[in-house]
Order: sequence, then structure tokens, then C-alpha cells
Amino acid sequence: MTVALEGRPARSRPSLVNHDLTTASGIGLGVSMLWFSLLVLIPLTAVMVTASSGGWGEFWRSITNEQTAAAIRLTVTAAAAVTLANIVTGTAIAWVLVRDRFPGKGLLELVIDIPFALPTIVAGLVLVSLYGNDSPLGLHLANTEWSIYLAFLFVTLPFVVRMVQPVLEELDLEVEEAAASLGASRATIFRRVVLPSLAPAIAAGAALSFARAVGEYGSLVLLSGNLPFESEVTSVRILSAIENDNRAAATSIAAVLLVISLLVIVALDVLQRRVARRG
Amino acid sequence: MSIDVSGVNKRYGDFVALQDINLTLPTGQLTALLGPSGGGKTTLLRIIAGLETADSGSVVIEGVEATRLPVQKRNVGFVFQHYAAFKHLSVARNVAFGLEIRKKPKAEIRAKVDELLQLVHLDAFADRLPSQLSGGQRQRMALARALAIEPSVLLLDEPFGALDAKVRKELRDWLRRLHDEVHVTTVFVTHDQEEALEVADEIVVVNEGRVEQVGSPDQLYDEPANDFVMGFLGEVTTLGGVRLRPHDVEVATVPGSGSLPGTVTRALRVGFEVRVTVDVAGQDALATVVMTRTHARALRLEPGAAVWLTPADGATAVAGSRPARPAEEAVAG
Amino acid sequence: MAETRRVTAGPATYVLRAFVIAYLVLLVAWPVVLVGTNTFENGTTAITEVFSDPDMVHALRLSAVAAVVATAVNTVFGVTISMLLVRKQFPGKRVLSALIDLPLSVSPIVVGLALMLVYGGRNGWLGPTIEGWGLQVVFATPGIVLATAFVSLPLVIREVVPVLHELGTEQEQAAQSLGASGWQTFWRITLPSIKWAVIYGVVLTLARSLGEFGAVKVVSGNVLGETRTATLAVEEKYLNFDQEGAYAVAFLLASVSVLAILVVFVLRARGTRHRAFERQS
Repeated sequence: MTVALEGRPARSRPSLVNHDLTTASGIGLGVSMLWFSLLVLIPLTAVMVTASSGGWGEFWRSITNEQTAAAIRLTVTAAAAVTLANIVTGTAIAWVLVRDRFPGKGLLELVIDIPFALPTIVAGLVLVSLYGNDSPLGLHLANTEWSIYLAFLFVTLPFVVRMVQPVLEELDLEVEEAAASLGASRATIFRRVVLPSLAPAIAAGAALSFARAVGEYGSLVLLSGNLPFESEVTSVRILSAIENDNRAAATSIAAVLLVISLLVIVALDVLQRRVARRG
Repeated sequence: MSIDVSGVNKRYGDFVALQDINLTLPTGQLTALLGPSGGGKTTLLRIIAGLETADSGSVVIEGVEATRLPVQKRNVGFVFQHYAAFKHLSVARNVAFGLEIRKKPKAEIRAKVDELLQLVHLDAFADRLPSQLSGGQRQRMALARALAIEPSVLLLDEPFGALDAKVRKELRDWLRRLHDEVHVTTVFVTHDQEEALEVADEIVVVNEGRVEQVGSPDQLYDEPANDFVMGFLGEVTTLGGVRLRPHDVEVATVPGSGSLPGTVTRALRVGFEVRVTVDVAGQDALATVVMTRTHARALRLEPGAAVWLTPADGATAVAGSRPARPAEEAVAG
Repeated sequence: MAETRRVTAGPATYVLRAFVIAYLVLLVAWPVVLVGTNTFENGTTAITEVFSDPDMVHALRLSAVAAVVATAVNTVFGVTISMLLVRKQFPGKRVLSALIDLPLSVSPIVVGLALMLVYGGRNGWLGPTIEGWGLQVVFATPGIVLATAFVSLPLVIREVVPVLHELGTEQEQAAQSLGASGWQTFWRITLPSIKWAVIYGVVLTLARSLGEFGAVKVVSGNVLGETRTATLAVEEKYLNFDQEGAYAVAFLLASVSVLAILVVFVLRARGTRHRAFERQS
């Protein structure tokens, strides 16, 4: 062993320095980071900075404004309820897609992705056509609080399904057979063997679906009617603040949403690492 | 000398992968790097190839100082354990890859690829994709691909490790014959001592980041430098403080000069041989003796029988659990 | 394995199947089909009217241009970042890898607001400077492109990263041992191997970009014939009681989305078959 080696601090990574970038990849990283900063990081920082520039009192006044507080309450309640619903239905849908087999199943796969790819304004229009005033079902949900739940359910449909499905596909059927051979009933197998393996994926899907719902705007425009204290969500409050040129209020409410997004991203990072470890 | 490794050290964090490796491999020879998994032999091979850099020390290939040369410039053929086939390219395009990079004329590439595919018996599969080949065929393709660039040395990392036993054996013979044909300096990594003994001209035993011994297969088997080499190359048993091969123990039913008394505890027949376990007086570990079935029957070796054991004349032996002792000094006969 | 063997179907299986089908039909399939039928209530007149209105043609073109530019930028950025995240070590890598997903969870209105604060021509952080160079960002096409690029930023990366992980580095090392430079290795070995993932990513990005609404609404200014995109036109038409027109534009947008999903679906099915074949052999 040489002196140079002894002097080197112990490190868990195989590299000697803390990066292994070549000139070309270094430039690639630099340019990418510049673009990412200009597009995402600096603008989002601007929101936080502007929100805090008026001080805590100003911020607090903005978000506790009666109408805004009602909008935040409605958005978070609906997003939470829809996320819970997605945990159940999303897992059920993933289960059917992976384990069941029947003609036309491929079509369901397509249907799952539609809410993700469909423009949100079109999603709103789509929902109005079945649940609006001309509803062929006689369900008039438009312009009520329920329209929020409906729109959230629509736009967040794919998240839990698409997180759970690949994990379920990789699940070793032999483990379930082993549990069955040890006398476990199907319900017990699901609860004690399958569910624990799916839990991180379900949680990651739930986090994404909560974040998406909390920030939703487009699908509500034509559907909810934006009635204050009844069907007005947080995004709409931000937009009205922007249109009234009330920067302080707009950025304060936006900061609340942004914090939620950041929390979700942290949760997602932790959960996805766990999903990867299981896979 | 074709490959000259001197003073090479490599560590990953706290783990010392290689410690002061000095090694000289002559031109045109087929050398095996033999040792247990995690012993550092693959790291050594990758450092020779330039896929990994040593923390200190130097590598000279064909007289060219290569320590700072990137893998692209070393002109080594490297064959990976899992073939590393370019999945989106046909067999012929895989083999042609290195020549295309070197911007050789099309006609020359085609001729060279045809020649190599014939050499590895894949001429009928030129237009197939790697996914349509068997494991053994993929490995032969990988070998042809490495040979195409006319490397100064050919390096193979556990080349047969992912293949099943029968194909392994076939490819092993074939590699030996191929080497006799093309004579390129070849180094291959293996953890299978039988493979090394059968194929290699010279074996380098690597363990815990150090070279334990370098020598021909016969030298290693007959004159192991230490307990580790002895144990790694074949089965070992203990008799009276000496470690030796179970087939080098002689069994008698009467006492003799210097023989150790014991009792047979078990006699297990495996095919044509019998493995006898003996409880030797004054020794904790049971001794194992291997002999032919006829011999065992003649001696009536049944559990409970009293026997006397002696190391056979000219037996390879090293003193028990004292490593790094030269073979010459070891007790023999 | 999971595809060939299956737990026997009990009554629970049928109940679950019925529930899932009913749920998806009521929530997605039926409403989407209704957009189609509403559009063609009076034959193809609604569609032809859209195409004969120069402002609508402009809106559709603007949406297409913004989506194509945003997708092109996000593809180059996405592949670069994916390669760096998977193949390289550098400080801050883990933070970057988490932040990359941020655009997926930020409200489109917040995105629009954030871009306004930085690129607004009147009092943005950088806007006045950039306008000094003669480039208007907010209330103009560049702003629409930025908003579109923001919301669809992670999609290519999310497709490519797992494939790069699975691919491993052996093929790249083999190429290098045969003399290929880093650049040659990328073009000849890595890119062909991740081709399908990049294509899925591009298709998804394109679909998502074409449909962006909230962020674009904030930054575009929504001026008819100038900065009004197709999605903004749907809202305008609907609120102005031109339901037929709204349905027609929505139908066009929805067709592109469904087509995009269809393309990804077909490619994926193909990829799965291919992989299954490789595993067998």
C-alpha cells in the first residue's frame, strides 16, 4: 500500500473523486442544468421569494382570506378523498389487468391512459357531456361540489394503476402458492403476502395522484362553475389573483401548493427507491 | 514479454481489491487467472484491459506503457462473461464493429468477418440477431468480435461461467484448440480449477487481492506454494498435522512404521471409488481417504474396522494450517 | 410466469372484473365517446367549420408548433439527463433526480405564475432584460413554448432511465474495448438500445404538450389569432355558447391523444413480445 492510498479518506463509492464526468458529459450536465434552472428552478424560486417578500403577516392574510381558505379546504379534502378512492380502485384495476383474463382487456389498458394524455380542458368537456346538464344519465353534477370529485377522479385515474401494475407483474406467484400450501386463505394471502409488496408502489401512486389533484385546473373550468365557497378550487383562486394583478395573494397561495408538491416529491423519491429495491 | 503488471494496487473504499500485484505474462501463452469469487482476478483483468484504473502501479502491453491509455487505445480483445452482445446488430455486424470503428474498407471488413465466422463455426448464422443464438454461440460470436481487431492480447472474463456444464466443456476444448491455431496472448479468468488445469499453459492463483502462486498446472498441483493453493486445486484432508490429498493416503489393516492408528467410521461408495472416513487417534478432524472399490473391498473396510494410515510415497503435502510455506520443505512420504 | 399460471377464478374475480369495467366505462370510456358523437351530431360540418376559420387554424398551428418545439427540447434534454443520472457520478445527483419529477406535481397555474414572475416583460426577474434583446417571452410564443416544455419535462426521462438501468454497461464497455469513442458508443450502441423508450417518451411528451391548458392560459395572454392555442379555443368557444365548435376542436385534440396512446400501446406490446422472446432463448 502506498502513502497516497493511506491518505485517502474511506469512501463507499468506487470512484476516487466525487464525479467521473468527461469533458463532454460535463458540458452536457452544465447545459442541461442551465436549461433546467431557467425553466424550472428559478421560476419556482421566484414564486417562493415573491410570496415571502411581504412578510409572514401578508402571507398569512392571503391564505386565510375567507374565500381562499374555503377553496384550499375544498381542494385538499377532495384531493385526499379521491386519493383514498384511487388507492382502492387503482389497486383493483391493476389487479384485474394483471391477474384476470377476458376478451377486451387490452381495451381497458388503453382507457386507463386516456386521462393522462387527454388535454385537461377536453377532459372537462368530456365529463360535462355525461354529467352536465344534458346528461344522458340524468346526473347533473356540473356546477356542484361533486364535480370537483368527479374531475379529480378522472385526471388521477392512471397514477396508482400504473405504479402498481409493473410491481404486480413482477410478483413471484410461487410465494403466493407457498402461502396457500401453508394453509392461508386467498384473503389472507392478499393481505399478508401481496399487499405488503405492493404498498410502496401504491403509496407512490397515491402521492402523485394527490399532487395532481391539488393542483388541478383545466378539467374544472367547464365543469365546476367556480362557485365561491362551493366549487372553487385553489388553482382558480390563484388565477383570479393573477388576473386582478394581486401578486402577493397569487404567490402566497401558489407557495402553499408548491410546498405540497415538494413534500410529494420527497415522499415519491423515498418510495420509488423502495419500489426499486423490491423489484 | 507481452503483459507486464507491476506494483498494481486497487481499492474500493475500505475494500482492498488488489495489493501490490507484480505479474509478467509471456507472448503467445494461454494464462488462467484462478481464484475464488471476490478475490480480485476480474479486477486485475479489467485493469489490464483499461476498463478499470489502478490506484497505483503500471501496466505494459507488448512493450507499450499502457497505464494511462484508455481502453479504446489499448487494442485488447475483451470477452465478457455475459457476452455483451450488441442486441440490435446481426452476428456479422457485431463481429464487424471494431473494424467499422477503425474505418476499414468495406471489402476488407467483409472478408475478415467471413473468415472469423468460419473460425468460430458461425458462418451459417451471420444474419441472425444475437437473441436467436444459444449461449455458447453468443460466446463464440463475442470471441470472434474480439479477435476481429487483431488484438495484441485477448482477455476473457469468466468466458464460460454462464453456460451449462456440457457446453462449458466443449467450449473449453475448443478454446484450447483455437489458441493453438491463432497464438494470440490470452488471459482468462475462472474460478473453476478443473477448467484452469485443463486449458491453461500457466496459472496465476489470485486470492484476497494477492498473487498466491504462478506456475504450470503440474507445478501448482504437485508443488503448491501454500495451504490455500493446495486446497483450491483439489480436495485436501489432514493426517498427523500434515495436509495432503485423500488419494495420497495409504491404508493398512496392520500397524507399520510411522503409521497412525484409527477406526473407520464410514465407507461411502461413489461410482468407481470409495470414500472412507477414519477417526484417527489423537486427531480432532476426521481423515478422508479415497481409494478404488476393489482396493477397499480387499481391505474389508467397514465401519468399526481398525486401520493404520500413512502418507503415500511422493505425496504432495503441506504442513497443516500454516500458509505460505514452500512445498519443498513440506513433509512428504 | 405470472402470465401463464393464474389463480383459479372465483366469484370474487367476476365481481372485481365487473366493477373495474363499469368504473372505467362510466368515468372514461362513455364520456370520451360522447365527445365524438356530439361532434358529429350534424355530420362533418362542425369539423369543416373549424378548418375554414383562419383563427382556429392559427390556434391549431400554434399548439402544434409549441408542442413540437417543447418535445424536441425535452427529448434532447431528457436523454442527456438520463444518461448522466444513470451512467455518471456527480455531486447533487440524488437531489437532481428527485427535482426532475417536480413538474409532474406542480399545478399548471403555479407553473404559469412562476414563468410570469421571471419572464414577465414588465417586472419579471429576467423578462425586461430579455425584452431589451428584442425577445418577448410572456404573452408571446416563447412563453407558450416554455410553459409547454415545463409541464412535459420529466416524461422522456421517466421512460428512459429504467431502460438504461436495465441495459447495464457491458455492451458499452465491449464497444469501447473494440475502439469506439464515447460519442461513437452512444450513437452506435446506447441510443439504438434505448430507442423504443425514447420513442414512448416522445409520443407521451407530444400528447401532453399539445394538451397543456392552465400554464399556457396564464402566460399566453390568450389573444385570438395570435396567442390563443387550441386548448384555449375550446374554453372560449364553450363559454361563448359555441358548443359545436368546442366539441369539434376538443375532438381533434382528443383524437391526437388517443392516437398517441394507441401508438405507445402497440409499441409496448411489441416490446414485451420481443423481451419475452429474448428471455426464452
